[in-house]
Amino acid sequence: MEYFLQQTINGITLGAVYGLIAIGYTMVYGIVGMINFAHGEIYMIGAFVAVIVFTLLGMMGVTWVPAAVLIVLVTSMLFTAAYGWAVERIAYRPLRGSFRLAPLISAIGMSIFLQNYVQLLQGARVKSIQPVVTGAIPLIETGHFQVAVTYIQILIIVLTVLLMIGFSLLITRTRFGRAQRACEQDQTMAALLGIDVDRTISMTFMIGAILAAVAGVMVTLYYGVVDFFIGFQAGLKAFAAAVLGGIGSLPGAMLGGFLIGLVEAYWSAYFSIEYKDIATFSILILVLIFRPTGLLGRPDVEKV
Amino acid sequence: MPRANAAALKDAGIAGFVALMLAVPLVGFRTIEGPSGLTLQTRFDWVAYGVIAVFIGRLLLNVWPNTWRLRPQRAQQTSNAQHQTTMKLVALGGVGFAVALPFLPFADRYVVDLAITVLIYIMLGWGLNIVVGLAGLLDLGYVAFYAVGAYSFALGAQYWGLNFWEALPLAGALAAMLGMLLGFPVLRLRGDYLAIVTLGFGEMIRLLIINLQGFTGGPNGVSGIPRPSFFGFPFAREVEDGVMPFHELLGIEYSTQHRFIFLYFIILVLALITNAFTMRIRKLPIGRAWEALREDEIACKALGINPTNTKLTAFAIGAMFGGFAGAFFATRQGFISPESFNFLESAFILAIVVLGGMGSQTGIVIAALLLVVLPEVGREFAEFRMLLFGAAMIAIMVWRPYGLLSRRAPTITLGSGGA
Repeated sequence: MEYFLQQTINGITLGAVYGLIAIGYTMVYGIVGMINFAHGEIYMIGAFVAVIVFTLLGMMGVTWVPAAVLIVLVTSMLFTAAYGWAVERIAYRPLRGSFRLAPLISAIGMSIFLQNYVQLLQGARVKSIQPVVTGAIPLIETGHFQVAVTYIQILIIVLTVLLMIGFSLLITRTRFGRAQRACEQDQTMAALLGIDVDRTISMTFMIGAILAAVAGVMVTLYYGVVDFFIGFQAGLKAFAAAVLGGIGSLPGAMLGGFLIGLVEAYWSAYFSIEYKDIATFSILILVLIFRPTGLLGRPDVEKV
Repeated sequence: MPRANAAALKDAGIAGFVALMLAVPLVGFRTIEGPSGLTLQTRFDWVAYGVIAVFIGRLLLNVWPNTWRLRPQRAQQTSNAQHQTTMKLVALGGVGFAVALPFLPFADRYVVDLAITVLIYIMLGWGLNIVVGLAGLLDLGYVAFYAVGAYSFALGAQYWGLNFWEALPLAGALAAMLGMLLGFPVLRLRGDYLAIVTLGFGEMIRLLIINLQGFTGGPNGVSGIPRPSFFGFPFAREVEDGVMPFHELLGIEYSTQHRFIFLYFIILVLALITNAFTMRIRKLPIGRAWEALREDEIACKALGINPTNTKLTAFAIGAMFGGFAGAFFATRQGFISPESFNFLESAFILAIVVLGGMGSQTGIVIAALLLVVLPEVGREFAEFRMLLFGAAMIAIMVWRPYGLLSRRAPTITLGSGGA
């Protein structure tokens, strides 16, 4: 029971990270109808920026933890957003109206490019940083086993929930959110009504990148290690989360993220850690076969 | 035009600013693993060069937009008959050269070995072309079938003592069966979902090979895979009694080169079979159905084509050729491990198909030659290899979405009245 509780806490933490990345997939899919294959790499860049800024702060002598975390979050969001914008502008915008698979192939190219770009610039070896946020709150103690929530887990979950709330408000209440939803439904009509479609799409990519950057910073804090290849696996799992929740649906992406995180944690705990990735991919395939619209998605009808 | 110039400057300024934002964190700082954790090194000179280059480049694009900017091109429509004759000549010349290659004076062991690698990728490209180019299904896990082919021979030889020629059909059949098994449920999906599922599937196969350590050898791979023999005559200097080695059969001096030349001809024949098969099947109803499906699935449904079954055949046939190539890869290397079958390999084969122009057989040959030989020639660029592939895939999609050799005319048109 205690073990189960601990795994639930770990799973939710992991799920929060997947959920944040999954939102980027789902939003982009909703507005331009393509899988942004390079999104995992955006997350990886967010994590790298976090490592670099942490090291820089350490060298400059900024040791007060809340300030350091805040600075890292803000800078990582800022720079990663620039990457999100550039990826869309260079690899996807020129392809609007091209044949159906063109943006996906271009996205794969972008993903390979970014991976190697980071590898060449920062080296192929794993980068590790000292733990920044330490300490834990013990919940239950039974002789030999202790259930605890670490501060970093609390930070991840709280930050994710706050971002979710802020993000839902952004989409439902603001001018930009209205424009975003309008573009999702009908870009031509939205353009006729005076919405700058290009700008809205760019903003969508930037918001996706910002959320991925937060996920990257959180993972850097949580595990303390980053390498140029982390985007691939995380991207696949977040995509599985987006599909599980119903692609195009924002609450779905979050729900899917938590479910995938929990499955991964339980699977590693009770079955075998070697097969945890196979378990998540199997979920992805099963969902697509039996319920292609996901848990909360709407069916989409292909029209001529 | 001062106003236009001001706008051009402003635009270039924005591009420069974005370049600055991109470059500062990742180019400007480099993390170095020191004895006491990470330290940083700065490279702001690189940032400055990059930003200036982007600024000037963008400015030039803005000032002379029409001279510098390439227009996205459409598939060209040249006369079908004329095109076919030139293509036939090019193909014949190519095959003639390929047959003569191992006997040319400059063809030492290195050249033949490189040629074998090129031919493996040509064959894989042609196999994947059936799936991606003809049927329009984006398969990101093609390497899974390649792996299944390789492992079915390696393990077949290890456990049941199969030789290459016995394992070859088995490898193809297993890969095709796996393709059907995977394809049956997932081919109903939309194109981009299919791409991700095949990607996940490719990863699953790789993870299974790594984790089923007792059966597959896990990350250590399988070694000691037997070499192919020439109808029972092995390529070796020393053989057991009662077996005649190849050089005695022909009554020539023993040379290690013979085995390479023989491998070269095996893969050449396999690749040519793949090509001949594709060229023929494109003219059959099933092949035409693939191309029709690629262009418009809804119209095909309306015409009574069953999209799932049609796609399934393309998927299975593509997988089969991947399996053949895999078995050949295993016998050529003598050693295989899961490392050879990762996603980058899939992406590499896809890059060949995309660069060559999806659906173009000749284009794939050129692309495979370029992508395999160029990194060999420019060894100092080897570390930039994948970086350039990524960039090339984007550039091709932006400027020449139909590939280097762009032609996407229907394989068959009605007689003079139609077309």
